[in-house]
Amino acid sequence: MLRSRIIPVLLIKGSSLVKTIKFKKYSYIGDPCNTVRIFNELEVDEISILDIDASVKKKDPQYDLIEEIASEAFMPLSYGGGVDSLEKAKKILQLGIEKIIINSAALENPDLISQVANFCGSQAVVVSVDVKKSLFRRKYNIYSHSGKRKSNIDLFKWAKRCEELGAGEIMLNNIDRDGTWMGYETDLYKLMQENLNIPLIACGGAKDISDVSDLIKKSKCSAAGVGSMVVFQKKDKGVLVNFPKPEIVNQMLHS
Amino acid sequence: MITIVDYDMGNSRSVVNMLQRIGFKAEITRDHKKLESAEKLILPGVGSFDTAMKNLEHFELKELLDRKALIEKVPFLGICLGMQILTNSSEEGNLSGLGWIEGSASKFKSDNDIKVPHMGWNYIQPSSNSRLCKNLEDNSRFYFVHSYYVQVREEEHSSMKTTYSLEFDSGIEKDNIFGVQFHPEKSHKFGMQILKNFAEL
Repeated sequence: MLRSRIIPVLLIKGSSLVKTIKFKKYSYIGDPCNTVRIFNELEVDEISILDIDASVKKKDPQYDLIEEIASEAFMPLSYGGGVDSLEKAKKILQLGIEKIIINSAALENPDLISQVANFCGSQAVVVSVDVKKSLFRRKYNIYSHSGKRKSNIDLFKWAKRCEELGAGEIMLNNIDRDGTWMGYETDLYKLMQENLNIPLIACGGAKDISDVSDLIKKSKCSAAGVGSMVVFQKKDKGVLVNFPKPEIVNQMLHS
Repeated sequence: MITIVDYDMGNSRSVVNMLQRIGFKAEITRDHKKLESAEKLILPGVGSFDTAMKNLEHFELKELLDRKALIEKVPFLGICLGMQILTNSSEEGNLSGLGWIEGSASKFKSDNDIKVPHMGWNYIQPSSNSRLCKNLEDNSRFYFVHSYYVQVREEEHSSMKTTYSLEFDSGIEKDNIFGVQFHPEKSHKFGMQILKNFAEL
């Protein structure tokens, strides 16, 4: 039986690893390479690395840092941040990264999804979408550039279009829950999962493995992105890189 | 030294990284001289079936690899698409595969519960005489990413089985020729054991 994946989503700002709350309020976590090394020892399923400054400041991906991270990781790795051309995507894939995450650049130039998918296959293309609920609480709006720019594109139509353009996975981040330890908004992911034929990665709000289990059981998502719960001891406590023990994961998710 | 065939079908850096970690030297090349003298070969592969076969032709590697695998009988490992092209054909393309192990690849059918590609960590059921699965711990898990699955014609050539909507051959072995559908280079200590077993053949 295929296992549901739990994916630590690690945020890079400059040369540091940080964690955000609702895409703001950065806390320093540590050195990205060291942290990935620890997650490698903990045998995590996969790691996503997002450079949250790259698109906002129109910077190129930090190729040296990405290469160093990839040399230590014996699990699948995805990278996002500042990938706005096929050339940049190619360069990253050569460094030992399996998947390219595209977010802001896909909204500006949807063809980029097809270009990258045609070059390296859909399995290497993740389209990440950041959403916030509108003030009237009726619908979700898409935001790009690390939550700074609102888009008027419809969320569900956009995700479906990404699939048609060749995306291999959709990563859906709920900005309202990011770093809040409130649990996932499972209804959103359930609706999105039913809307797609490709795997869905849910992100935003996980406090512990029971939140992950709840998400997977209710929404049938393929994967759960986790942030705060794997880099902090507890809410409002210090940094501690950790991951639920395999026996606990098996018991909660795979039995 | 393990030689990894470079035929422009995806990146092999992670394979080199893992082999180095477990103490084996590896190099990625399409230089005919180096390939001629190779003692062990790995054929990786990410992309489509026909492109892989076209690229082997384009770099004039097909006959060379045929000779290495079938006449010299050097240990040969195909990974992911590199395993699929060891068989005769695939629903994905029109070209013939290398045909070293009788079998073919078909596409998974997607539905609400079965997403395609089959992406993520899954288990294998090793056959008792599999040389690649030697010393593998129980419940070893591996990272898979593929939309097409292989089924071999002769049961004796199946070395591992995995279930995803149906049962398919996730590992194949015939004499000196081996294939794995998953990515050992991205499967932690479980993949290390597979690569170690191959490297020590």
